[in-house]
Amino acid sequence: MTVQNSYWANQGPVEAVVIGASAGGVEALLTIFADLKPGFRLPIIVVLHLPDERRSQVAEVFARRLPVPVREAQDKQPIEPGTLYFAAPGYHLSIEHDHSFSLSQEERVHYSRPAIDYLFESAADVYQQRLAAVLLTGANQDGARGMSLVKELGGLTIIQDPDEAQVSTMPRAALDLCQPDCILPLRGIGRLLVELEHNACY
Amino acid sequence: MHRNTDIELRLLIEAIYLKYSYDFRDYSGASIKRRVNHALRQFDCNTISALQERILHDPTAFMQLLQFLTIPVSEMFRDPEHFLAIRQEVVPILKTYPSLKIWIAGCSTGEEVYSMAILLREEGLLDRTIIYATDINPRSLEKAKQGIFSLENIRAYTHNYQKAGGQRSFADYYTAAYDYAIFDKTLRENVTFADHSLATDSVFSETNLISCRNVLIYFNKNLQNRAFGLFEESLCHRGFLMLGSKETLDFSDYSKQFTSVLKQERIYRKL
Repeated sequence: MTVQNSYWANQGPVEAVVIGASAGGVEALLTIFADLKPGFRLPIIVVLHLPDERRSQVAEVFARRLPVPVREAQDKQPIEPGTLYFAAPGYHLSIEHDHSFSLSQEERVHYSRPAIDYLFESAADVYQQRLAAVLLTGANQDGARGMSLVKELGGLTIIQDPDEAQVSTMPRAALDLCQPDCILPLRGIGRLLVELEHNACY
Repeated sequence: MHRNTDIELRLLIEAIYLKYSYDFRDYSGASIKRRVNHALRQFDCNTISALQERILHDPTAFMQLLQFLTIPVSEMFRDPEHFLAIRQEVVPILKTYPSLKIWIAGCSTGEEVYSMAILLREEGLLDRTIIYATDINPRSLEKAKQGIFSLENIRAYTHNYQKAGGQRSFADYYTAAYDYAIFDKTLRENVTFADHSLATDSVFSETNLISCRNVLIYFNKNLQNRAFGLFEESLCHRGFLMLGSKETLDFSDYSKQFTSVLKQERIYRKL
């Protein structure tokens, strides 16, 4: 895959990547991150639905397997380049205009807190066309509305091919609401992340 | 260049401050924006400017909007480990004081207040404690004063209570009537509910312990520092400060004035 590829040839440089995943998400994320190399410089921010446990091990699990720093996103913390962030369980995660995180405990969205919609919408608001949003496998409708706003504000939108997704409900719900720039299998999404990095703006 | 919605949002927040003295100017932007957008749909307004016009000329409409701007999401014994830690690590020290003043800042609809009162009663401390429970939302305070909670949440609260080291049957503390649990009113005999804003008001009393949980996440750093300043001023020497599980003093202007008693449980002590 090259930067000239038609579906994102017109896309300008990207400053951040947001990813939403639910049922089947851990495996899917590990697949798309398999191509990450040390020195990757885009920040990647992930909402992964998990059972409501106060202390999640997910950041540790990914930290052991990936060559980039992995953290749980903390309230008011500035977003660092080249870092993979996970939303903390039980709190919504948003991005502020000063490129820091904020947490909140508003009502659940589609039974979920953190909600993918809230991350995507706030990130779209801040980064506009300098954002790439990726929606993966899942058993609910979260992320569809957020994806539409990313699209509306000019960001790059990527949805996992529902035929390949472990649970196709979430990608299908998003496809019902918006036409993304690309529909890709996990391997393709992984390669696209690496390409985005080459085209990133620092 | 600012987009129209960002300009309108800033103007709305300024208008609310000038007209009603509620100060949301240093709240975290993303959450406020979502809540205003949510209110737009409920108020049937197409733009934030239209909403601004409504609330500026109609105080009742503003009071309705305030319900959207504050987050009345709470539960009893939320994060049971936190309450267990209070019981095990903090209560033994509190027991050495002849009397106690506790401030629950941002008490919302009162779940934290009743949780604290139950814990103090079981530890034999409630009779010599005064609790100040404050919030900016008068309707939430009214609800807190009544101590009536939906029965559908009681199962979860009971589970929390047990995990938090509860010593009795949780049902001892309420009477079920229809779909509600009416909490024992003697729990709030020593509770003063009051309107207080961490954004605009000052300290009203010296206290031994302050609990302010899941309030500061809605503030920007500037306002968080203001709140920490109030807490520092109000707390007596070696007084306790309890925060929500994702809130921290560490990066604030006041990190040097406090020491962490239990980092994981966000329990601090004033130096």
